[in-house]
Amino acid sequence: MAVTTAERTAPVATKRKKNAFSDGQGALAAMLLAPTMLVLLLVAGIPIIMSVTESFFRTNDRIDPQTGLVQTGTNFVGFQNFTDIFAHPATVVGVYGSMDRLVNSFINTTLFTVVCVILETVLGVSMALIMAKAFRGRGLVRASILVPWAIPTIVSAMMWKLIFNTSGVANKVLGLTNNPILWLADNKYSQISIIVADVWKTAPFIGLLTLAGLQTIPAEVYEAARVDGANAWQTFVRITLPMVKPALVVAVLFRTLDTLRMFDLPYGMIGANKYSVETLSMFAYQETMQTRYGPAAAYSIILFFYIVLVAFLFVKLLGADVVGDEELKAVNAQRKRMKALHQQQAKAAGRVRTNVTSGSAAS
Amino acid sequence: MTQVATPVIAHLTPEELGALNKPHRDISWWLGRIASAAGMALIVVYCLMPFYWMVISAFRLPTMGQSTDYWPSPASFENFVGVFSPQNNFLRAIVNSLVVSVTTTVLTLVFGIIGAYALARLRFAAKGLVLSIIIGCSMFPGVTLLVPLFKLFTGTYSWFPNWLNQYQAAIIPSLSFGLPLCVWNLTAFFRQLPVELEQAAMVDGCTPGQAFRKIILPLAAPGVFTTAILTFIAVWNEFMIALTFLQSKDMKTATVALSQFTGNLGYNIPYGSIMAAGVITTIPLLILVLFFQRRIVAGLTAGGVK
Repeated sequence: MAVTTAERTAPVATKRKKNAFSDGQGALAAMLLAPTMLVLLLVAGIPIIMSVTESFFRTNDRIDPQTGLVQTGTNFVGFQNFTDIFAHPATVVGVYGSMDRLVNSFINTTLFTVVCVILETVLGVSMALIMAKAFRGRGLVRASILVPWAIPTIVSAMMWKLIFNTSGVANKVLGLTNNPILWLADNKYSQISIIVADVWKTAPFIGLLTLAGLQTIPAEVYEAARVDGANAWQTFVRITLPMVKPALVVAVLFRTLDTLRMFDLPYGMIGANKYSVETLSMFAYQETMQTRYGPAAAYSIILFFYIVLVAFLFVKLLGADVVGDEELKAVNAQRKRMKALHQQQAKAAGRVRTNVTSGSAAS
Repeated sequence: MTQVATPVIAHLTPEELGALNKPHRDISWWLGRIASAAGMALIVVYCLMPFYWMVISAFRLPTMGQSTDYWPSPASFENFVGVFSPQNNFLRAIVNSLVVSVTTTVLTLVFGIIGAYALARLRFAAKGLVLSIIIGCSMFPGVTLLVPLFKLFTGTYSWFPNWLNQYQAAIIPSLSFGLPLCVWNLTAFFRQLPVELEQAAMVDGCTPGQAFRKIILPLAAPGVFTTAILTFIAVWNEFMIALTFLQSKDMKTATVALSQFTGNLGYNIPYGSIMAAGVITTIPLLILVLFFQRRIVAGLTAGGVK
């Protein structure tokens, strides 16, 4: 029934099939995957489509001029839910001055994501390096690293709320008991407290994934580097980083997407409608609770496309191999080889066609 | 070469060989060792200090919730009693959390196992597309689902029943992130099992279905179990969906309930009982995680999701 990659590479004498995949397992696969895909369609696909359509409508809240009653139902408003962000901004004052609430939450989301992910990556990689070099006690450290990961985000939000309280332990440790910082008072310190809490919870997780990547690097590579006279920094930059990159990039991608939709932490620590820490998820949620479904859907769609864009950039620019399927990789590589082979044959036969994008024929 | 080398080795006495083989322990070796131990200690302190603060805050007197003493004095269990007082209704909240998490986990496993097996073993044209859809589902923001589902479940449309404050209203959206997580992890586990197992079973006369049921499923049990734990933790820790769809006092899940505890003194936040509730919510997860540490780390690194 199942065929390994190794067997597939064996020379096949029969005529080439039109698709490398078409060997009669499609029907079985469709049958086995149907329930999963159906559930995903119902719980994710259809709601997304509903969300997109919803974003073009707006709940009617005007007074009917004839009856004097509040109108019900929804109106089609086209792109107005999106254009109103600039045409009729609902200005709020966060940390960056007065601006539209959506723009404010967009900047907050971006700021949290960039700062948190950079700090988490640096801390996480350092943790992984320490753990990889460790002589003993790795089990204990791994157990303690799993603690922040296992604590529910909302519980850690309440925990940090207590720590960052005006009369709390953060001010005491920093020696600010007499002149305390108001960490939770909807100001730029609130942003710092959110970042601290998020980094605490997820840096160990990146460390864990990076450690798994580090442990796959064979010792011979390091020995070779030492023989060639590489110092510690060169070894780290030229060997360790490139070799953990695949694992690290995927971990960082997932963390980035996770931070982009941050909700629990600011909501639990600072609260709703606090503009200095309001993220896109929180704003869309608040609009939903006010039954302003049209704008809420529009804002959630903006977040959706923002996330899609970031994921796309990660895959294109950093080469994040998110899917990680060996077989697919092999097939794609084979396709590329065949294409190169055909081009070569065409060139050999003198049938080469060049255009602006195909580069010079000499290459 | 060998002619030169052999006499040199012959001159070495066993003592000299032993001295050469002994690891070279100079100052820098010891410094490295101390630095490494210090680094490890730093990681442990970093990870556990805030958690320590939550635990000791839970063991203070309810009136001393915001105390900054590094040790509770006097230590007390009153907060843990207070958590289960009628006004907090936390026992009911834990039951609600269990119902939602267990149902979602079981449903994702039922749907996910066969799907993941197909993804790990079969070759078919749309595989890349299916994998991308599943990974995509685990990436998009939950709030995008929330908007239309909230409108749908609150009885806005006449053709749909009002599901607000009913378990299915939280379970159905939870599937949207639970199922991809489950399928992804299981696919990684099934890939690790050698194909020869099924081939041998089929040579011995099993049908493909039997080979899956009698050979693969028992062998994949640890993987299935790990996936179940990971999915359970993800749903148990979920906040936004539960906050939106389970709003009434008797239907709140543990995470929502503890974030909304109210004190006896009106606006005063009852930190003591919140921390106690946090400890109660977290301890079962920590026991699970520490007990199955190796498996969970393997699952996390194989799945790469969450």
